[in-house]
Amino acid sequence: MLDVTHALELDLVRKTYGDPLHGHQALTGASFHVKDNEFFTLLGPSGSGKTTLLRLLAGFESTTSGEIRLYGKPIQSLVAEQRPVNTVFQQYSLFPHMTIAENVGFGLKMQGRPAREVAARVEEMLALVKMEAFRNRRPAQLSGGQQQRVALARALAPKPKVLLLDEPLSALDLKLRQAMRLELKQLQAKTGITFVFVTHDQEEALAMSDRIAVLADGVIQQVGGPREIYDRPANLFVADFIGDNNFLKVEVLSRQGATAMVRGAGIEAVQARDAAQGASQGTLMVRPEALHLSAGEGRVRFAEKARVLADIYLGNALTYVTALPDGTHLNIRDEDARRAAKPIAEGQTVEVWADAEAPMLFDGAGK
Amino acid sequence: MSTPANQGKLAERAGMLPAALFVAAFLLVPLGLVVAYSFMPANSFGGVDPGFSTDAYRNVLYEQRLDGSFRLSAAYLLIVWRSIYVAGLTTLIVLAISLPVAIYIARQVPRRRTFLLLMVTIPFWANILIRTFAWILLLRDTGVINGFLTALGVISSPLPLLNTTGAVLVGLVYTFAPFMVLPIYGRMERLQQSQLEAAHDLYANRWQVFRHIVWPAALPGVVAGSLLTFIPCLGSLIAPELLGGGKQMMLGNLIYRQFSEARNWPFGAAIAVLLLVIVALIGLVQVYLARRKFAGKVA
Repeated sequence: MLDVTHALELDLVRKTYGDPLHGHQALTGASFHVKDNEFFTLLGPSGSGKTTLLRLLAGFESTTSGEIRLYGKPIQSLVAEQRPVNTVFQQYSLFPHMTIAENVGFGLKMQGRPAREVAARVEEMLALVKMEAFRNRRPAQLSGGQQQRVALARALAPKPKVLLLDEPLSALDLKLRQAMRLELKQLQAKTGITFVFVTHDQEEALAMSDRIAVLADGVIQQVGGPREIYDRPANLFVADFIGDNNFLKVEVLSRQGATAMVRGAGIEAVQARDAAQGASQGTLMVRPEALHLSAGEGRVRFAEKARVLADIYLGNALTYVTALPDGTHLNIRDEDARRAAKPIAEGQTVEVWADAEAPMLFDGAGK
Repeated sequence: MSTPANQGKLAERAGMLPAALFVAAFLLVPLGLVVAYSFMPANSFGGVDPGFSTDAYRNVLYEQRLDGSFRLSAAYLLIVWRSIYVAGLTTLIVLAISLPVAIYIARQVPRRRTFLLLMVTIPFWANILIRTFAWILLLRDTGVINGFLTALGVISSPLPLLNTTGAVLVGLVYTFAPFMVLPIYGRMERLQQSQLEAAHDLYANRWQVFRHIVWPAALPGVVAGSLLTFIPCLGSLIAPELLGGGKQMMLGNLIYRQFSEARNWPFGAAIAVLLLVIVALIGLVQVYLARRKFAGKVA
């Protein structure tokens, strides 16, 4: 596989703050790669180590151990100004005393490029983010969304090999954030630059990424495409963090290949994809949209009786919150039920069906 | 019409009244007196005689010979020049010392910042006379520094430290450093760490980060600190008097002498007016530069 050079390769990258042995481990032995021209996302809750990882890539912090290679070359001994990567900061961090054009041209100027080249590239970048009209303004005269575009142009102007984005959309309001998702994705395709994007917003990650690395407690939990991560979570953390889910305590009745027969309180014996590594007890995961209130092709009966506690109507989705006889909650997001003329009344008992392929068995207790 | 808005304005103006009265009574009236005295004949026992005279101002540039004729004299101009020179040099030294200190403090964790700022202001807790006398104890021929160097055998006879321009500078720098540290710190505190990182990220080395990010951010603080240092230095009295031994006379000493030993109030008043004019000119230049910068931003 030597002919394939990845944009980034991380080998057992570790970052400890304070004492190397007993200090706070912000990142424990992260190993993964980012492909050339990929939109790669680091996804995790706050404190998961995603920002630390980004700062290690940018060169604002140094690794405690491990190796980071940028297109095959180790870079951990280089300081930030020597790395051909640029960053879009969470709060944009535009230089307040410079005009928009000066901000965008700063990187090229520091690289000692001729003034004419800088000016031409600045115009090109301002056109790319549709900010030409603002070239002589100051950052304080711009809205958040506009500052965001300038920050993008500034980071893209020196043609970095990898663009790092630190939660760049988190300061924007919802509408703008959604519009910017598409724009960022298009920008990545247009420039052909590898993007490494940090976010805590799983929807953002699923919508934009080619691949996602899910982090928690300084550990990479899973690396994969959005579908893979959603449909085949590697562990309970990922299953819980990405999307909505139901978790049920179950016993393993039998195993065959990659599947296991499981049974839990109030549910039928069902077949589940087995990720429990031989444990005799575990947690069954099934997503609300894989549960239905009627039988159908490819569905198996999941629970004989569930009592409707409440319905949550969101326009494009309707979720019934139900309780199994032992009190465990089961959320059901049934498309047919949404289209039904009349909602099911509270207190009524329903029969629950599941997509046969959907249930998944994990080791350990759910939340 | 009495709308709530201009009622508010009225209340605001009424609130300004005590301060306005105070300024009028204790600043404008005495200042008017100073200007008035400078245009009156001197009474040889101190004070002024009624009448109008420009003698005081003529005395700044001319000295009267025994035969009553006038001759151009640079003696007082030299004092004006020395005042500007010493105040300017003090400002530069204070800036060189305070800029790194302010930057350093601003980069500490908040608790440590508070502590270090307290350290900076500690000299204010002691009276300036006492602090200046402390410098005499350090600098005089039998003082701590000469004593130490003699004991070490570095020197055989004491170095002339006291009663020099250098001693005056030391005293002034020591007195005014906090006035530079605090305004620059105020600017540096607001400079986000991520801006420095952004500059590094965009290929700026340490010097370039200082030149393009830190210095522009500090500049308003530098201007404020420089004015707070230069202007009081110009008229400073205690340091040149005690550390300069009265030989390195500055405007402050000159004014003081005219009102005490020399008993030439109009001349003292004229020098005070001269000092005021210099300060006002500096103020005007500053306003002009600030306006030009502001205009540049809008255009």
